[in-house]
Amino acid sequence: MEEKNIITLTIDKHEVNVPAGTMLLDAAKTVGISIPTLCHINLEGTCVKNMPASCRLCVVEVEGRRNLAPACATRVTPGMVVHTNSARVIRARKTVAELMLSDHPNDCLTCPKCSDCELQRLVMRFNIRKMPYNGGEQSERKQELTPAISRNMEKCVYCRRCESVCNNVQSVGVLSAIRRGFNTTIAPTFDQMFTDTNCTYCGQCVAVCPTGALTEHDYTNQLMDDLTNPDKVVVAQPAPAVRVALGEEFGMKPGTIVTGKLATALRDLGFDYVFDTDFAADLTIMEEGTEIQGRLNKFLAGDKDVKLPVMTSCCPAWVNFYEHEFPDLLEYPSTAKSPAQMFGAVAKTYWAEKMGIPREKLVVVSVMPCLAKKYECGRDEFKVDGNPDVDYSISTRELGRLIKRANIDFANLPDGDFDSPLGESTGAGAIFANTGGVMEAALRTVYEVHTGKTLPHLEFNEVRGLEGIREATIDLNGFELKVCIAHTLSNARKVMELLRAGKLNYHVVEVMACPGGCIGGAGQPYHHGNIEILKARAAAVYREDEGKALRKSHENPDIQKLYKEFLGEPCGEKAHHLLHTHYFDKSIH
Amino acid sequence: MKILSINDLNSLRKRAQQALALREESSSSESEQCCGLATGADHLQVLCCGGTGCKASNSQKIVENLKASLEENGIADKVDVITTGCFGFCEKGPIVKIIPDNTFYTQVKPEDAAEIVKEHIIGGRRVERLLYVDPKTEKAVSDSKHMDFYRKQMRIALRNCGLIDPENIEEYIARDGYQAIANALLNQTPEEVIDIIKASGLRGRGGAGFPTGMKWGFARGYDSDVKYVVCNADEGDPGAFMDRSIMEGDPNSVIEAMTVCGYCINSHKGLIYIRAEYPLAVHRLKIAIQQAREYGLLGKKILGTDFDFDIEIRYGAGAFVCGEETALIHSMEGKRGEPTLKPPFPAEAGYNMKPTNVNNVETLANVPIILTKGADWFASIGTEKSKGTKVFALAGKINNVGLIEVPMGTTLREIIYDIGGGVKNDKQFKAVQTGGPSGGCLTVKHLDTPIDYEHLAASGSMMGSGGMIVMDEDDCMVSVAKFYLEFTVDESCGKCTPCRIGNKRLLEILTRITEGNGTMEDLEHLKELSEVIKDTALCGLGQTSPNPVLSTINNFWDEYVEHVKQHKCRAKQCKALVTYSIDPAKCKGCGSCKRKCPANAIMGDMRKPHIINPYECIRCGMCKSSCRFDAISIY
Repeated sequence: MEEKNIITLTIDKHEVNVPAGTMLLDAAKTVGISIPTLCHINLEGTCVKNMPASCRLCVVEVEGRRNLAPACATRVTPGMVVHTNSARVIRARKTVAELMLSDHPNDCLTCPKCSDCELQRLVMRFNIRKMPYNGGEQSERKQELTPAISRNMEKCVYCRRCESVCNNVQSVGVLSAIRRGFNTTIAPTFDQMFTDTNCTYCGQCVAVCPTGALTEHDYTNQLMDDLTNPDKVVVAQPAPAVRVALGEEFGMKPGTIVTGKLATALRDLGFDYVFDTDFAADLTIMEEGTEIQGRLNKFLAGDKDVKLPVMTSCCPAWVNFYEHEFPDLLEYPSTAKSPAQMFGAVAKTYWAEKMGIPREKLVVVSVMPCLAKKYECGRDEFKVDGNPDVDYSISTRELGRLIKRANIDFANLPDGDFDSPLGESTGAGAIFANTGGVMEAALRTVYEVHTGKTLPHLEFNEVRGLEGIREATIDLNGFELKVCIAHTLSNARKVMELLRAGKLNYHVVEVMACPGGCIGGAGQPYHHGNIEILKARAAAVYREDEGKALRKSHENPDIQKLYKEFLGEPCGEKAHHLLHTHYFDKSIH
Repeated sequence: MKILSINDLNSLRKRAQQALALREESSSSESEQCCGLATGADHLQVLCCGGTGCKASNSQKIVENLKASLEENGIADKVDVITTGCFGFCEKGPIVKIIPDNTFYTQVKPEDAAEIVKEHIIGGRRVERLLYVDPKTEKAVSDSKHMDFYRKQMRIALRNCGLIDPENIEEYIARDGYQAIANALLNQTPEEVIDIIKASGLRGRGGAGFPTGMKWGFARGYDSDVKYVVCNADEGDPGAFMDRSIMEGDPNSVIEAMTVCGYCINSHKGLIYIRAEYPLAVHRLKIAIQQAREYGLLGKKILGTDFDFDIEIRYGAGAFVCGEETALIHSMEGKRGEPTLKPPFPAEAGYNMKPTNVNNVETLANVPIILTKGADWFASIGTEKSKGTKVFALAGKINNVGLIEVPMGTTLREIIYDIGGGVKNDKQFKAVQTGGPSGGCLTVKHLDTPIDYEHLAASGSMMGSGGMIVMDEDDCMVSVAKFYLEFTVDESCGKCTPCRIGNKRLLEILTRITEGNGTMEDLEHLKELSEVIKDTALCGLGQTSPNPVLSTINNFWDEYVEHVKQHKCRAKQCKALVTYSIDPAKCKGCGSCKRKCPANAIMGDMRKPHIINPYECIRCGMCKSSCRFDAISIY
């Protein structure tokens, strides 16, 4: 039976044997032929997928067929004879690319996507030296700078990856094609601004954009100004996911852990103190874990009104999502702030007081794998008299650019350490970077606090992986704790709709907006559709955890000291004031 | 009344046939005797065209006036006035036809109604001035059977148009309507019906010519809880109105065919996707659907069997690309109207991802008659690979503009010169554009090409949905290509690169050429780009959009070169390439052109020859049309 489903065909004189249903693009890969693509993206194992077959750059010649076939979306058939490199194919591809260039600004050198642009790479690959169809009119498209995302749709090649991601992966539905023909563009309905829509700033549109049409809002210049300003004390806090991806910006293998180099580089850049968001991740577990514990205890005591499940609230895009779309369910998410915001609140109170630095002189900068974090920094509830707890956030990519600009030879940097007291962290904080990581970190603490026993195995393998929605049951001394992990907002929506319908039977739910969690965040080095990169980062995150002496948040000595010296009890009055937040009904419909 | 059995249907047919007998007999009668109440006739019928074209020329008022006049004369009970669908001879509309003598009145005005009643209906004397005059013999022809326009036609899809009242289902039943579905439901298996359609050789009339029976077979082959039958009534070619006329003139044929298709593929839901800009067709379809439900021909337990089928109308906003079946389906789903790659074909995953069969209106209109008359009968008409007839909307520089239906294999010459009556104003025939905006321009050398799918494609054009536009020596072929490209650029959905940007660039090059700024390199780019677009575009719209360019380049290369090298437009259509001048020998200095010129480009004293300042002249042609002495010429 197996034999029957294998199809034999010829691609450029190679005999190819692949399972039925394989696309020509993938069939060609098996014999080492890499057909160029642009609109196509398939992050296998996640729901990130875009196969409209619309750019027409992957066309190949199939003998007996009238016109050229898109390799990305043409299935193999028995006996097919395919030419991926004939004169006809080369001419067609080149012409299509020339057409794209004719409706694309010619400013590669100053484009934020320069050298990371997939269109640019194709143009180099096709050896285009002239633009025969240039001089024609360019379609009119909008530009916009939101707190998180920069849109310059003049550079849009209409691959529609962003549209697929926004609709199918995130179910946010902000982006779609508007207008027709040459004037088509991807935009919110009625060509509104992002800021007028229910965009969550998850930035996954940016993560998949092949050109410079969608990029991050760049804060590097502001950061340079602050770093060179002698009146400012500038503090860095890099997120857990940054240290497993930053190396890629410098040609290092995906999955290389660069924690030590990261600390050194930040110091070399001129940061006065280099702390760690991992520390705040441990703090989050203390608060969120206590909140889970509290709600569970009420539930176990028979309180019918207790809101379960407790939902994690670390991910700012996820917070935006439920504020926009599920304002009736705002009592379920944990009130704990995200780790980055907890860090800011602690840095600008506890630490600033300790150091005697006035709030207005202190600049807290987060380095994040995330674009929604840029938006989160500007939330009014995270400001004291207009001064934000975290002044602004830069992405992993922006940090990479800063390091390059500062002439730092990153790959050969010696390892450094984070400063004390906001730099010590455990393995539990490190795994926040992966989907399921916050859950696992919380379980390590909740288990021990709830049962009073030491965990036999720290790894909760049942909550790990890439499946969109995962569930597990954890035995807490006879009590069966039911947990659920969802990543991407379309999966989050499924969970929330079950909750709304009263059909959700979990005690704790973790949600991350980006595929794979923060390692797949929109501020990370571009993955260009290669799932192996995300997998390598995820594995590195768990290696980082394994390498730590302490792997449970409640064992972090600096955390213990922080409570002792300043905060009091987890979820106590002071902790509540500084580390917890509240949510707003932001529905626009 | 509900028709619950074949007996009910047959007795209804018998009754209805009596009402239609007068028309049936007269259409086969050879007698040219004019009949009136005074000359022995005891019952007459007046058919008045109620197609969109004739309605626009006030045919509704003709009907009202006829009725009023009959009332006045107290003979309303002896004469029926019936509004029918399109007669096809739109050039001469509005049409009024008198039964039983078949007198075919043309270009009738509302004020002619009283005279028709008094002279013809009462007096039995034809109103000679309203008769069609054959331009060749210059003699009046009273019976349409003897007109060149109709003689070479064979009306199968249009069999009921201009004959029955489309708002009365009984008249359709009288013409063997709903016999096909009755026979299928009661006596045939779905496979048998599909085999008949396959054997008939019927191919899709929307343009691509895919065998209909095979399409139904595919849709039948997929199992699903829900399946759909979709009628593609998104007729979008400029100047084409084949499908509209069928829906306006014979909506029940479409409904019956959809029901048959539903039976064959095991679907219980039909959807008609029609442009909202076809209000009359929508109106008549709604009436027909309502009547079919009342008669039990749509809905639950059709004809007393266990088969349920109903039809819903869906409106399109008028995007050309929504005629492409996947785009049509997405539009119906409420999504952006743009095509997606096939496979999956709609037969596998169509509307709401369910198996769906999409057929064009004209294709469907052929189905009932194929089933009643048999596959052999249909297969005996046409050519080897293209069976049956094809409806064309004949337009452009031709004497007889209108809707025609001819057997496949008829030559372009027969259509243009015999049926169409030749080129207007005795000008020289230059080209004929078939297949709508995606078709090509064929020339004199193609006139004897038999029209079918294969021959048209081999000549560089296509069947398309049936637009046929005739051009004469005054048409500039570069401008013609530009005109069609303007249309495709407007109608491109924008999804794939070659169509979205490529067609725009083609148009820009064509515009440069018509403005005298083209280069020989432009001509090379035009060819190269056209070929790549054809080769790489995602859907049928993009794959065919360069056809007008390629066919005019192939057939009228000299004209392109003339535009580029000599800055000359031989048809004098490209404004930038022509100069208006006044012949001093002919000019009387009347000043008429000077007064009309909107650009103040004409100078000269009264009664002295005027001159045109070429730098001011905007080449609008106002001067030429205002000159009574033919003194203005264009170079």
